Amino acid sequence: MTLTKNELTYLKNTINRTITPAEFEIINAEWSEHCSYKSSKNYLKALRNDNYSTSMVGHDSGVIKIDDDYVITTHIESHNHPSAIEPFGGASTGIGGVIRDILSSGTRPIALLNGLRFGDIKNINTKWIFKNVVNGIGYYGNCIGVPNVGGELEFDNCYDDYALVDVMCIGFGKKTSLINNRADENDLVILLGNFTGRDGVGGSQFASDSLRSTDAEMSVIQIPNPFVKKLIIETILELINYDCIKAMKDLGGGGLSCAVSEIADSLSVGITIDIDKIHTKQTMMPEEIMVSESQERMLLIIDKSHLKKLNQICTKFDILYSIIGYVTANNKFKVTNKNKILANLPVDLVVHPPLLNRKSSTPHYIAELKKEKKYNLDHIDLSQILVKMITSPNLANKNWIYNQYDHEVGIRTVIKPGYDAAVLRLDNKKYLAVTMDGNPKHCYVNPYLGAIGCFDEACRNVICTGATPIGMVDHLQFGNPENHEVFWSFLQSLNGIKHYSQQFNIPCIGGKVSFYNETIHGPIKPSPVIGVIGIIDRDPFYSIQIQDNDNLIVIGYTKDELGGSEYFHQILDSYSGKCPQVEFKTSKEHMNNVIKLLQNKLAKSITDCSKGGIAVAISKLCMINKIGCIINLNIIPHSKLHNDKILFSESHSRYILAVSDHNLAKTKSILHSKNIIFNVIGKFKGNKLIFKQNSNLIINLNVKTLYTKWMNSINELMSNGK
Amino acid sequence: MNVGIVIFPGSNCDRDVKHVLDKTLKTDSKFYWHKKRMPSNIDAIIIPGGFTYGDYLRPGIIASHSPIMKYIQKFAQKRIPILGICNGFQILVESNLLPGVLLKNTSLNFMCKWINIKVNNTKTPFTNKLKLHQKISIPIANGEGRYYVDQKTLSSLQKNNQIVFRYENNINNSTYDIAGVCNKDMNIVGMMPHPERAAEKEINPSGNKSSLLIFKSILNQFHIEN
Repeated sequence: MTLTKNELTYLKNTINRTITPAEFEIINAEWSEHCSYKSSKNYLKALRNDNYSTSMVGHDSGVIKIDDDYVITTHIESHNHPSAIEPFGGASTGIGGVIRDILSSGTRPIALLNGLRFGDIKNINTKWIFKNVVNGIGYYGNCIGVPNVGGELEFDNCYDDYALVDVMCIGFGKKTSLINNRADENDLVILLGNFTGRDGVGGSQFASDSLRSTDAEMSVIQIPNPFVKKLIIETILELINYDCIKAMKDLGGGGLSCAVSEIADSLSVGITIDIDKIHTKQTMMPEEIMVSESQERMLLIIDKSHLKKLNQICTKFDILYSIIGYVTANNKFKVTNKNKILANLPVDLVVHPPLLNRKSSTPHYIAELKKEKKYNLDHIDLSQILVKMITSPNLANKNWIYNQYDHEVGIRTVIKPGYDAAVLRLDNKKYLAVTMDGNPKHCYVNPYLGAIGCFDEACRNVICTGATPIGMVDHLQFGNPENHEVFWSFLQSLNGIKHYSQQFNIPCIGGKVSFYNETIHGPIKPSPVIGVIGIIDRDPFYSIQIQDNDNLIVIGYTKDELGGSEYFHQILDSYSGKCPQVEFKTSKEHMNNVIKLLQNKLAKSITDCSKGGIAVAISKLCMINKIGCIINLNIIPHSKLHNDKILFSESHSRYILAVSDHNLAKTKSILHSKNIIFNVIGKFKGNKLIFKQNSNLIINLNVKTLYTKWMNSINELMSNGK
Repeated sequence: MNVGIVIFPGSNCDRDVKHVLDKTLKTDSKFYWHKKRMPSNIDAIIIPGGFTYGDYLRPGIIASHSPIMKYIQKFAQKRIPILGICNGFQILVESNLLPGVLLKNTSLNFMCKWINIKVNNTKTPFTNKLKLHQKISIPIANGEGRYYVDQKTLSSLQKNNQIVFRYENNINNSTYDIAGVCNKDMNIVGMMPHPERAAEKEINPSGNKSSLLIFKSILNQFHIEN
């Protein structure tokens, strides 16, 4: 995509002279949707978090104080277009990018999560993309020694021939080592790391258009080098130790053009660079150098007096650097090639393109989906349906993925992948819980309620570890924003996230918007992804093995909310029905009391109800504990629903707990005293998972068999027809 | 006691090993960057895991030509205890300080999971606190962890009691279930699983901390009570 007519006119009128080729390329990169957020910036202000004392602004990643000395940094990125074309390189450079944002703030990356979405897994191209994305993430994360501790996986035909590869990174460090981001006239501008090359030229523009064909030029794909990245991490952290860095920015989308102009803008200075000084991989045109997205590069601003130390540390790690320019006081972004001036633009003009107010309108399909598709329950064997759902790639165990990721390196991983949220130990005796969640099917039915639901689910997952949510990052992924219906969905989701954030007092500490996620098959479903971090001051909640005669408690009310559910998708191939709605007050009360139960060690094990409803949540608890359970459907609190809906409704704010006889009375009394809707709905026993209504067996399954199928499902899908 | 932890470009378990040695066992270990010289009064050396030189060419091969290896070869001759973990094991093999090779896993994938190993030799400086056949719950994390030796070498390893750890269930088709070996003098041990990741209860889901004994054995070797 190139500049629009309006933008060109605006540009010409503003600078009032002929635009040089280098200037054009700089503007073209920085004004792309990917870099400028020109469609969304006007609306994102709604998520600003100035009122929170714990969150600190002005960094490449979100920064949140967790005590007087330490901070957590977090950031979320995606690498969707590249991963669809070259999944291994695309996914691994996605990791590389998010790592640099964490490093730019001055913190060491300590954990990664990835949210992956692919097309129909039966499709051979999907398998190829899926397999190579996982390999790419593993290759990069394992090599740099940052553990991949969690994430999510979903298959949906709206992602056919495409992929959403969302990566979230967590950093941890001392408050004193955060980069202050300041600059004075004549400070040196340093480009550190890898050679600049032709790889990744024009990546931002590529990501700012729909993916119409996979024959895109390979030059837009960046090349990963995790080995160099690992050395850059250590180099930067050592430079910080010696207080050598005044300001820092990573080179990502738009390469030097964006990094230099944005750092100048944020510091309110000008910068002059000489491209002749840059270490390049091959002979390149000046315009190419300015927009190359070669990986593993950082931009530093240092005081002249630190040059000797910089040289010493870079020599130690064999990391290259070039002094490419200096800071000026004139607010100009000037590029020269030796003595020849190639570009000389006001920083402000480069970084702040004219923003757009896109039109929006409600999509036609929304009204249609409100009417639930009719179906006949007589021919449905619910045991069979449950097995189908548990073994479907969306709900099956994800060990095929996380066993390929080093999730232990750094020796912080207390709660490992495969549970509601991962828990990491920190150096200040506190624990960090982290998760990321999305639900495009719900968001398709109702992008406002769906986005709220994702946020609530992420919070529930964090709550289930005993943690209190303290911050969130969001990644809003949609199709072409010029499409009014797509833009409507974006605004709805954004609104939902804003409301939830305000209601629950959880600040948005960072995020990203990614448009143009569409292929010849059309736009993707609205796909906001929410990452939530929580803090545990004392011990995290450790599950204890469930035993015979322990009680099964459900907290929360099951409603007729199956719009966009896994169940309807499975039996009807339909998204119709009511989208689950979070009741803010109920949700908050449930969270507070669940935390209380966990802190008092009253539960042996806990999980929340999400995709697949109560039936899937209980099955998971049974499978993990390798124990059976007999559940009476009549006494699950519900709104007069048929059995199938009780089992598979995806109503929010519900939790499933295992409680021993010994702790039952106390648990009940806490929940009663707060008027929380709950019931003891079953007993753990034997090796059969039984749901019954009166004396009728509705579901009867062997837990051990189910466990084997659940664990091996994805492996089997992937080994058939490589 | 002077324990040296060697860091090559791309090592990534160095700080984890130091944490266990210093925080858990109250030793005062030191890092040695691969370009630096090592003092002669080192008591024991640990080569931690990671991806030295990005695993380019073959895991461990480039690091085995690094300047610091001259010192390590000398310490090896002087029978100083040396432990190589994961990539550290690969480096020791590539340096010909330990027998055998490490091939790509038969799954062709990187594998990170908790498994059990059994102790097969308690005479080394890293296993003297363990019991013969004692079970250790421990994680592996590697792409090239399949230990291979030919039949003749295997016989000599068996004869000289050089097999230190064996997998309970052979997860990657290693020769004779081998997870760790030592040299003839038994001062050099290499192992694919990561003992530093299982030494503390908090991060060990099995609650079985026997891998801490691998580090305690070093202290025991020097008669330091812990």
